[in-house]
Amino acid sequence: MKDGYYVNLGIGIPTLVANYIPPGMDVTLQSENGMLGMGPFPFEGEEDPDLINAGKQTITEVPGTAYFDSALSFGMIRAGKVDLTILGAMEVSEDGDIANWKIPGKMVKGMGGAMDLVAAAKNIIVAMQHVNKAGESKLLPSCSLPLTGVKCVKKIVTELAVLDVVPGKGFVLLERAPGVTVEEIRKATAGKLIVEGEIPEMRLD
Amino acid sequence: MNKVVKGAADAIQDIKDGEVIMLGGFGLCGIPENCIAALVKKGVKDLTCISNNAGVDDFGIGLMLKTRQVKKMISSYVGENAEFERQLLSGELEVDLIPQGTLATRCMAAAYGMPAVWVRAGVGTEVAEGKEVRNFNGIDYLLEYAFDAAFAIVKAWKGDTHGNLIFRKTTRNFNMPMAMAGKITIAEVEELVPAGELDPDGIHVPGIYVHRIFQGSNYEKRIEQRTVRTKS
Repeated sequence: MKDGYYVNLGIGIPTLVANYIPPGMDVTLQSENGMLGMGPFPFEGEEDPDLINAGKQTITEVPGTAYFDSALSFGMIRAGKVDLTILGAMEVSEDGDIANWKIPGKMVKGMGGAMDLVAAAKNIIVAMQHVNKAGESKLLPSCSLPLTGVKCVKKIVTELAVLDVVPGKGFVLLERAPGVTVEEIRKATAGKLIVEGEIPEMRLD
Repeated sequence: MNKVVKGAADAIQDIKDGEVIMLGGFGLCGIPENCIAALVKKGVKDLTCISNNAGVDDFGIGLMLKTRQVKKMISSYVGENAEFERQLLSGELEVDLIPQGTLATRCMAAAYGMPAVWVRAGVGTEVAEGKEVRNFNGIDYLLEYAFDAAFAIVKAWKGDTHGNLIFRKTTRNFNMPMAMAGKITIAEVEELVPAGELDPDGIHVPGIYVHRIFQGSNYEKRIEQRTVRTKS
């Protein structure tokens, strides 16, 4: 994340990113239901039902907030005005395909704005657990679930590691979570894992 | 140019069984509560509803699902409604799930008098099945058609007797593009004023798009996810 970025945060783990933007960094959060300049949750008693984010949570304005409708919101997304999108996923393939909207016969919640975001954003980071609830890897040679987007994910952040997705190459390991070994990451990664040289630990400060 | 009707029952009286209708709102934010209640009371059925979401089990479009008035939903996200999921998995309800931006833009196309648009969302996914693909500058796009809805039902904050509308905060959402996309647009507003009382510089939807308007009442404005922080 950089000064001056417009950022869209998906529902779930990505929303938590808002709590870790360094003080002083000038980042504007876009919420695809029609807002630029999304502020923190309101104080108790100050909730406004007319002011929610894409996760349907009550939120607040910040100085400089702007409102708009859904058509314009996706217009700015499609036109590449949003610099960074961070979203969750059920599966990511080593080519950067992403699946996060449907489990046939089981779960049919819908794609929401995810397909529009992954088709348009220049910079897509997936923030998710490394394995699913059944303990199976979510970083795969190819996705088994219906796709949300094709060859679009650039980076993955999990509780175990930070990885680049390089089409034709695989998941390139960049950093390990503190105390996690390369071997543990390899075991949790079903797709091709590329380990080049010493892999540093993430800095959590 | 007086477009004022008495209330929700009058506004929706000619919506018939099997009609295609648009319903504004995002989640439960800015939904046309009065018109939904009137549709439930009227008992009109086999509706195709174009709406980003399907409400929750006991509010919003969820009320019309409970009474089995909806034959088909065209939506982008329906995850908050257990009854919806049950009807869908059992085959009682048809659903067309489409990307949220595509949904909004197909409204916009109708509003702007354009038959179709090219969008990238869904390329290479099952959303693209059966759709025309065209390459512009090295990138594939899908052809997506403008919606054709007999009625659009929206909720605005303020409106005047000419049908000019103003929305508050994030209630613009799908209310604005849908207000401009219906063959007949019905707007319920929290405050209805005589023409001339709204600032012409601040109108969000010009009245030419709006055919019927009334002042709604008893808005519940239910909050789906009440999230707060505590004063430290």
